[in-house]
Amino acid sequence: MATKKIINKGDDAVDEMLDGILDAHADTVMRLDSNKRSIVSRNGPRKGKVGLVIGGGSGHEPSFLGFVGKGLADAAAIGNVFASPPPDPIIECTKAVDGGAGVLYMYGNYAGDVMNFDMAAEMVAMDDIEVRTVLSTDDIASAPLNEKHKRRGVAGNFFIFKAAGAACDKMLSLDECERIARKANDRTYTVGVALSPCSLPQTRKWNFEMGDDEMEIGMGIHGEPGMSREPLQTADDITDRIIDKIFGEMAPAKGDRVAVLVNSLGSTPLMELYIMNRRVHQRLRERGVEVHKTWVGTYCSSLEMAGASITLMHLDDELTGMIDHPCDCAMFSVK
Amino acid sequence: MPENAARSLGRMFHLISGAIEAEKDHLSELDGVIGDADHGITMSIGFMAVNATLARLDMETSTPAAVLSIAASAFLNAVGASTGPLYATGLQRASQALADSCELGPVNQAAMIAAIARGIRDRGKSQRGDKTMLDAWLPAAEAAQTAIDTGGGLTMMWQQAIAAADSGACSTRSMIAAKGRAARVGARSLGHIDPGAASAVIILRAMGRTFCPQQATIRVVSSVS
Repeated sequence: MATKKIINKGDDAVDEMLDGILDAHADTVMRLDSNKRSIVSRNGPRKGKVGLVIGGGSGHEPSFLGFVGKGLADAAAIGNVFASPPPDPIIECTKAVDGGAGVLYMYGNYAGDVMNFDMAAEMVAMDDIEVRTVLSTDDIASAPLNEKHKRRGVAGNFFIFKAAGAACDKMLSLDECERIARKANDRTYTVGVALSPCSLPQTRKWNFEMGDDEMEIGMGIHGEPGMSREPLQTADDITDRIIDKIFGEMAPAKGDRVAVLVNSLGSTPLMELYIMNRRVHQRLRERGVEVHKTWVGTYCSSLEMAGASITLMHLDDELTGMIDHPCDCAMFSVK
Repeated sequence: MPENAARSLGRMFHLISGAIEAEKDHLSELDGVIGDADHGITMSIGFMAVNATLARLDMETSTPAAVLSIAASAFLNAVGASTGPLYATGLQRASQALADSCELGPVNQAAMIAAIARGIRDRGKSQRGDKTMLDAWLPAAEAAQTAIDTGGGLTMMWQQAIAAADSGACSTRSMIAAKGRAARVGARSLGHIDPGAASAVIILRAMGRTFCPQQATIRVVSSVS
């Protein structure tokens, strides 16, 4: 039986969503005439500023276009559901946000995104636009530490893009923006847990199977299998498993500061996220780690998947400044 | 009057699109096991876009190279994903390989298969054994070339190319993915056919049906789909 969705035609889902987003957020974002899958900030791009172009497949809203706006990303290239955008919308975004200081490409580390963004970078190089690329690899459950370059980018994008967007908005050089983006990625750690699958608008079929009493720690935001499938545990036990994994790699010292993101993968409600967040804070207090800021909600979803992810960004003074820097995006703002 | 080469390619893309459409759900299911379940949809969107674009082209005055190049960008811009750049690069290379040709005999058909395989390999920086579509394309290209070199006719060339692709795709079952999204699954990809290799077989079969009038008598037992 087809999964239940409030859509018209499956093939039209992405473009109809974009129509609705533009109707709602016309004050902050616009769509380029040259490509209907290029969403650009109305107030961000300007002369002398490094442009920040982000992007990826649809189905992760508010990622990525929700983070387009002054102080964060200048543009987002939109792909089909769970599929990288082709080079064209990326190229048009790049030209639209180029202020003569270079353009930074940031997106999650997936084979398709890498190929399409690299093809776009090759094309705009012919127009003398210098492009640098920083891939996010925050999903520490997706590959061991010695294979960090194989890790996926997931909800930690929120912190990583935020830091890079602030660096760009502060009119720092392309070298500096790239350095800060890399540091942000190096210090951001995410682990997710999935409770039930998602379904694509075109297939309306569950894209993997999961037993009624099962969960999967480390599952990816497209349903990529994670570390282990096991019986569902309590919120505290799940949170402990995730935090243990993150602490194992981040190794925060007493007095260190972090930013916290407890993110819904789609259908897990705020009630459950806040229960997890309670435990996250308990664990951080026990360890003597200070929480600078906490975000709880849907920041990087996987269609209607049930589950959540926890991200910690290990702050230093520079990254704290970037996280606190004001931004005004379609679906997120810092005053 | 024999069909011109551009028109043959137009018919080829129609047959590919129809074959992918018929196997769309199966391909997505294969992908659901080790990836993100969108492979059938992606391939379907791509080849439908190719056909829609080619429908506006005057085939009478087009060269095979032009048809392949237009197909490459139509596929790329409809799809993105990883299959977009891979097949677009493959088709672009095929266009370059046929740059000076107005005909599509067996030698050029083999050259087209080889160019597609090379383009996919270069763009994806992959090799045989990585559990990708190359495990079907590279053996197919080699088999086609061997058939040409040994004086085999059209039927034999396609029969051997398809058989090689099919057995290559089946061999992905015992491989651990080294590239693409399935690589993140590691050893859990064992036992499952790579969806990209499975769709490559479907494409090659449709290509064979286009060029090989005796295709109905070609018997390659498939264990892929």
